[in-house]
Amino acid sequence: MDALWEGLKEAIRLIVTGDAALRDIAWRTVVVSGTATLFAMAVGVPAGYALARGRFRGRTVILGIVNTGMGMPPVVIGLVVWLMLVRSGPFGGFELVYTKRAMVIAQFLIAVPLVVGFTAAAIQSLPRDLPDLLAILGAGPVRRLWLLAKEAQLGILAAVMAGFGGVVSEVGASMTVGGNLQGETRVLTTAIVTETSRGENEKAMALGIVLLAMAFAVNIALTSVQQRRRG
Amino acid sequence: MARLVRYRRILLLALLALPLLATACGGDDDDATATAAASATTASLAAATPSPTPKPKLGGDMILATTTSTRDSGLLDVLVPEFTKQTGVEVKVIAVGTGAALEMAAKGDADAVLVHAPTSEKKYIDQGDIVEGKLVMHNDFIIVGPASDPARVKGTKDLNAAMTAIATAGPFISRGDSSGTHTAELNLWKAASIDPSKVRGREETGQGMGATLNIADQKNGYTLTDRATYLAQKKNLKLAIVFEGAKPLLNIYHVYVVNPVKFTKVKAAQGRAFAEFMVAPATQKLIGEFKKAELGQALFIADAGKKEEEVGQ
Repeated sequence: MDALWEGLKEAIRLIVTGDAALRDIAWRTVVVSGTATLFAMAVGVPAGYALARGRFRGRTVILGIVNTGMGMPPVVIGLVVWLMLVRSGPFGGFELVYTKRAMVIAQFLIAVPLVVGFTAAAIQSLPRDLPDLLAILGAGPVRRLWLLAKEAQLGILAAVMAGFGGVVSEVGASMTVGGNLQGETRVLTTAIVTETSRGENEKAMALGIVLLAMAFAVNIALTSVQQRRRG
Repeated sequence: MARLVRYRRILLLALLALPLLATACGGDDDDATATAAASATTASLAAATPSPTPKPKLGGDMILATTTSTRDSGLLDVLVPEFTKQTGVEVKVIAVGTGAALEMAAKGDADAVLVHAPTSEKKYIDQGDIVEGKLVMHNDFIIVGPASDPARVKGTKDLNAAMTAIATAGPFISRGDSSGTHTAELNLWKAASIDPSKVRGREETGQGMGATLNIADQKNGYTLTDRATYLAQKKNLKLAIVFEGAKPLLNIYHVYVVNPVKFTKVKAAQGRAFAEFMVAPATQKLIGEFKKAELGQALFIADAGKKEEEVGQ
């Protein structure tokens, strides 16, 4: 009980005093997970669209892979990325392991199936003949994609939220791939693990509250956009 | 047909965007160049000002694979910045168990290792994975258990008898993660001729020392821990020390350079600089005084230059 209460007090103290170390870690968390989510969006939304609307061979198999990927334990993705990037691995020469970039790559791979899956579901829930209707009305392919995305934006925003929520709260892959380096690749989740194993339960709790507050802030922002557009 | 081609194109585009990720997503590069530039400036400044040792800083970066205890105790938070200040070398500290750290060395995935399982280290020395081993410091392992001490270990003087009593009473919470502490625990069972699988209520957590202490605490079990982590965690624990002070409980740390002849990618200069830094007199003083004032006792005893058999005497 003590750690919970003290953690809350410590969290408030750290936030109010604008603790530099905490600000660094929180900012790094936003940058890394935000970048990964942006890339996942850039790839996942078109891919999800193509999967939802396309009629090509292997589509069902790909959808199956995507759906499996949505439930893939992040730590497994982390392990695979780590083995790829580590010095003795196939991409060791790039010296990417234990950098923020490596974390972005791992988080990107975690987020992509989420974004693709949710986007595909959102697009598929649109009326089937909508693209044809738009084509008849004279919209070119790019414009058609844009209009469809606008139509499905509630679902696509949900896809982005799921992607960001998935990677920002993930600890296994970030730990393995990033190495939890202080001041470099330590993010909120890995910092919580470190503080817990150091017996600094209050500090760990404070970091947890910051993470929660951050995830809440991002989601409330996206949700308000989502709901406003709906109304 | 035209439609099919179009969707394929979209998918292809999506796939093409993937490799862009690696190149487009910057940040680290800028940091690296910035620090390199900064260290270059400090180096030239140092060269310009008449200081007693006007040698240019080494610079670059390196990977140190080490144990969780050195990180969790906070020791590396003190030593690594000092090393970087002296040499300009950025250190990536990867804190894993000793087993994992040595495995990283065996693949050339690290430049230096700081580990504490002499029996495991020997294998990697023999394989030629790690070289230039140096004795750095020691502290000791202690056996902790519930204050009620159901195995009645407290007050006994014979370590093997204590292990036998714990094996009969149980439960014993083991790290089970091939760490230095886990290796030490297995050695203790072996010395007492006990099969670890026969120990009553022995469970392996597969986690770090901090987590394992918490589990032992909650399960009213015994466990083997290094003193540093126990002291750091003590305020959250009901566990008490039930056995300490025997020679096999010495916890000895060595630093090694990963063999640059065997692994060409190893940054030998940086790794070697770190190993030398660890045994330098000024560093040894830092190690000996680490948290001494705060805790009223030293967490680590500096041992550089001693012979192996002199440790702990």
